[in-house]
Amino acid sequence: MPEWFIPFLLSVVTASTPFVFAGIGELVVEKSGVLNLGVEGMMIVGAVSAFAVGVTTGSGALAVLTGAFAGAAMALIFGVLTLYLLSNQVATGLALTLFGLGLSALMGHGMVGKTFAGLPHLEFPLLEQIPVIGPLIGTLLLGHDVLVYFSVVLMIAVGWFLNKSRAGMVLRAVGENHNAAHSIGYPVNLVRLLAVLFGGAMAGLGGAYLSLVHTPLWVENMTAGRGWIALALVVFASWRPARVFVGAYLFGGLTIMQLHAQGLGIEIPPQVLAMAPYLATILVLVIISRDSALIRLNAPACLGKSFHATG
Amino acid sequence: MLLRLENRGEISRAMVYASPFIAVVLTLIAGVFLFAILGVNPVDAILSFFVTPISTLDGFAELFVKGTPLVLIGVGLSFGFQANVWNIGAEGQLTVGALAGGGLALLFFESESLFLLPAMVIAGTLGGMAWAAIPAFLKTRYNTNEILTSLMLVYVALLLLSYLIHGPWKDPEGQNFPESRLFPDAGILPVMIETTRMHAGWLFALAAVATGWILIARHIIGFQIRVTGMAPMAASFAGFKEKKIIWITLLMSGGAAGLAGMIEVSGPIQQIVPNISPGYGFTAIIVAFLGRLHPVGVLFAGLLMALTYLGGENAQIEMNLPNAVTGVFQGMLLFFLLAADVLIKYRVKFGGAKTSSTAAAGEAG
Repeated sequence: MPEWFIPFLLSVVTASTPFVFAGIGELVVEKSGVLNLGVEGMMIVGAVSAFAVGVTTGSGALAVLTGAFAGAAMALIFGVLTLYLLSNQVATGLALTLFGLGLSALMGHGMVGKTFAGLPHLEFPLLEQIPVIGPLIGTLLLGHDVLVYFSVVLMIAVGWFLNKSRAGMVLRAVGENHNAAHSIGYPVNLVRLLAVLFGGAMAGLGGAYLSLVHTPLWVENMTAGRGWIALALVVFASWRPARVFVGAYLFGGLTIMQLHAQGLGIEIPPQVLAMAPYLATILVLVIISRDSALIRLNAPACLGKSFHATG
Repeated sequence: MLLRLENRGEISRAMVYASPFIAVVLTLIAGVFLFAILGVNPVDAILSFFVTPISTLDGFAELFVKGTPLVLIGVGLSFGFQANVWNIGAEGQLTVGALAGGGLALLFFESESLFLLPAMVIAGTLGGMAWAAIPAFLKTRYNTNEILTSLMLVYVALLLLSYLIHGPWKDPEGQNFPESRLFPDAGILPVMIETTRMHAGWLFALAAVATGWILIARHIIGFQIRVTGMAPMAASFAGFKEKKIIWITLLMSGGAAGLAGMIEVSGPIQQIVPNISPGYGFTAIIVAFLGRLHPVGVLFAGLLMALTYLGGENAQIEMNLPNAVTGVFQGMLLFFLLAADVLIKYRVKFGGAKTSSTAAAGEAG
């Protein structure tokens, strides 16, 4: 086993985790029938808020919570506009992204150049002494920061919530047919608002992971389209949490691979290699979308439609 | 908090036009708070942002320099948005247009031909069209969401620009900076007002407004686009081809963005640099909405948004405010606009009960 192998896999985990958070968050939002295109904006505001708090307080926990909270605060703007003021979801999502990019640049004005120590990792020094499997188990399985484990828990919990819990059924009912859900007596817009807030918190968490662990520093526009890729992942995964998780790791792997390819001296210009994740996103969208029956079957039927109770 | 939205039953024409003004006023009020939070005198900041930049001839001319790409792209996008075709990758189409048009100027860098500039205009437009043709093809052929594909192609285009400028297109006589050669004089748009930077590109913006107006008001295509957006079923019963609308709207907006990109490199920049546009392609989305998806509205909205760019630059110099304030202002403006737009279809009623006798009570914004 080459010595770069374990660091390589570790960096894949780090690169993939933001996609998991943002993707699973958006999945819940879309299941409730709302299309929030502002993932990128919520993510980057989460990233800058978490980083600012992390650098000033030194507390990783506080930083992570701030990131999630900031994402949810952004989502609240979107929720109020689309659910209660019935604005167009596509336009409002775009507005959220544009606003978030500007706001984050403003907030991060004094943060450029600072670094954060990163989140604490679990460590098992004795275990790592065991030859061959020691480093594998010690580092690769048990040696991550707590958010990586949380992302796995999140994937399982959201899967259970949507398919097995009563509240999850209500959420899906609202997303499939809001008129029927309303006439049974479910509070359509409240359910959607909660889903939107959850999605915002997860996008913020993904952003926080990016600025606290992945880089870990603040650069303007550092999300670099990851929020949009997370949106594509939800389609790619046919709205299933486990598949979002797999997709996130595919894209995380691709991101890291193009970085390593540069390191290995492959004769392709770095800019061309850097196009890979974006081109791959287009490619998977084409493959998934060409079967329109499949999309219709899996997409929430009321996705993107506003609900206004009359009478 | 007993506010209720009641369907007006028909669209309020008055609110369609009032809503942008409400949004601007609300943005200014929010701006006062924003500046107070940033610790600067709000009155000074607002003056520095919105008045000082255009108080000189140079500054006023600059309004049209920045307004040119915004109006051009905004007009193009407004067609697609009316038909629910969401091209949000104009920034990428702008970049490819700049590369196609500017590439021609670099290829013929010793040219003195009068044909160079027209050829660059055509190349830039075609470049933007070609880039927009990708999402159009994927949407019509494979049903792929054009929002995501057009946006992904922005990153690809920016990386392409970065590759060219760090590699084959780097100025061979330069000092290893990532910049191209300067364009030959024959490839530079003439200045319209002496001593300022205002160039002939503005005429293209005006031409786009005029063409757009004719298309939307007089031409069958404009009608088909509007019907497709408002009533897709009716459009298909009437035999309008949805795929044709997708192709036309994407090619029009892509071509306009490509032309805008070519104008940027040929007018104010005069060479190819790593940062061609400060996000014009994205800001133009706001311009299109603020201009009510109508070419004439887009004209004024584009100039207003150009002012926010100038204001940001000026406030950075005068008051040491971060340039990012511009983006915050632009985002807030779109939020307030979308919120105010609720009043087009609904009226606000006070009181939870269904008392319809006091209908006029809650009409105010």
